[in-house]
Amino acid sequence: MTGTANPALRARRLVLHLVCIAVGALIVVPVWFGVLGGFKDNGQLSTNPLGWPDPWVTGNYTGILASGVFWRQLGNSLLIAVASTVVVVGAAAMASFVFARFAFRGRELLFTLFAVGLMFPFAVAILPLFVLLRGLGLLDNPLGVILPQAAFGLPVTIIILRQFFRTIPGEVEEAAILDGCTPFGFFWRILLPMARPALATVSVLAVVTSWNNFMLPLVVFTDQSWWTLPVGVQAFQGQYADDTARVLAYVVLSMLPALGFYAVAERQLIGGLAGSVKG
Amino acid sequence: MTRPSTVPHASHGDKATDPSTPGPGVTRRRGRRPRRGRRAVLAAFLAPSLVLFLLLVVAPIVVASYASLYKWNGFGLPENHVGLDNYTRAFRDPTFRGDLWRGLVLIVLSLAIQLPAALGLAMLLNQPLRGRGVYRLVFFAPYVLSEVTTAVLFTLVFSPNRGLGEAISRWLGADAGAIFADPDTVLVAVFLVVSWKYFGLYMMLFLAARQGIPKELSEAATTDGASSWQAFRHVTLPLLGPTIRISVFLSVIGTIQLFDMVWVLTGGGPIHSSETMAVTMYQYGFRRFEVGYASAISIVMFVLSLVFALFYQRVVMRRDTEGAITTQGVQR
Repeated sequence: MTGTANPALRARRLVLHLVCIAVGALIVVPVWFGVLGGFKDNGQLSTNPLGWPDPWVTGNYTGILASGVFWRQLGNSLLIAVASTVVVVGAAAMASFVFARFAFRGRELLFTLFAVGLMFPFAVAILPLFVLLRGLGLLDNPLGVILPQAAFGLPVTIIILRQFFRTIPGEVEEAAILDGCTPFGFFWRILLPMARPALATVSVLAVVTSWNNFMLPLVVFTDQSWWTLPVGVQAFQGQYADDTARVLAYVVLSMLPALGFYAVAERQLIGGLAGSVKG
Repeated sequence: MTRPSTVPHASHGDKATDPSTPGPGVTRRRGRRPRRGRRAVLAAFLAPSLVLFLLLVVAPIVVASYASLYKWNGFGLPENHVGLDNYTRAFRDPTFRGDLWRGLVLIVLSLAIQLPAALGLAMLLNQPLRGRGVYRLVFFAPYVLSEVTTAVLFTLVFSPNRGLGEAISRWLGADAGAIFADPDTVLVAVFLVVSWKYFGLYMMLFLAARQGIPKELSEAATTDGASSWQAFRHVTLPLLGPTIRISVFLSVIGTIQLFDMVWVLTGGGPIHSSETMAVTMYQYGFRRFEVGYASAISIVMFVLSLVFALFYQRVVMRRDTEGAITTQGVQR
């Protein structure tokens, strides 16, 4: 059907492709500039910003990969993302279970409290949060980032999970109870395994949110050894302001895990975002 | 709509599977199990979320509103009560008033340019087009990059001496690097970078919603003689309404709290001309240790978000919460 269409239709398709390619170029060119720029030296960057490197300079990338700082930051980001996700998904799953499958007085009020949290700007809470974390001795401690992130992730996670838990038929629960399942047993052995797709979705959202968080690690970690990638990238730019090629290499390397994750979890990410908006 | 939810996400789709009467299993259990046991189960399941949320989300906001009434450097307990002085000071402060104005400009730009562009592209990618999967993948990719990475990348892309900036300047015949240094253009430059990162998100939301609309509807319209524009304008667009309204909501709330991107791109400069409320708050709170004043700014942000959300929920999104036909089917 595609090939034999009439000329007007083909012209139309061509225009559509051109628009898409133009928009795609706007996205790809800056990234491409970064990737290739990392293989250049600064002289090449001035004279030849977009072309192939000549010669290819690998020192920017290898220098960063050999230094340990990058790996440390990558590890911190990973640790914090995984821990935040485990905490938020665990806590939210339990709460959603109650919200979805129990009737009790004040339930909707409580749920609304969480739902309203969806639009508490992080920036509103950051100052008192900082004072609180300082009081608790959680500055320069990964828990100082993990726990607040989990807390701020609760609303969206609870909303999505509650929605999903409701779709599991009451008969399933009834059968489980008849077979002697406790509420916890039902939750742990039946509900959670059935909810695996929804859990994957909220986990992906939580990982991406944590991975990209900047403000909280920025104020919580004064100790460089705890810096996450976003904080590290910003500091690296400040430190090597004159060495554009090296900063580009750092930026590109810090993008790779996120893009890799996107490639693997695209379906969950998109499904989760669309789903959370549908609610 | 029974519950006074202030958040759009919490709204529809409850009709078919309303859980307040969650099937026979629960009622029976209630009869069989002593009330206290059931209550203990509820408490145990809710406790982790409640503790986290009350301690780390609600309490800080309460503390901020308290601290906003004091002149306080953040150390020790606040003692110097100043009433509403911090608020009157904020609304007299040209920088803060500028923040409000710039926020408004960014919102208008997003609604007038970013969202329509995203909508257009979504409709485009809904056509049978070879390779549209690739286009979609590319358009959405910037969303997964952090604002910081994006901002650093663009700082370098436009860096005046080397980089793409030079090439762009030569091509444009004007100095591209200067757009972040010129007070007149910096806000638009920030907007463009924000759009670069986020338009894919909105496009993807629109696309998901569009694909949830049954084909028969627009087909019926065209069979009845509507042009494809008319079919879009009178059939598709109204059915996309809920998603459009939520996108507007997300865009406004996101702009109110915009920080990372601005902080890394410009730090709010030059001379405050790209500063946002969150940046001002950060400057006062973490740089000058005027925690009381910075708290007042946080609270203004909070109240603005809240008022907007309540208003928007009540007035604009009302029909959506009464159950639009588009809300089914997209989700899984």
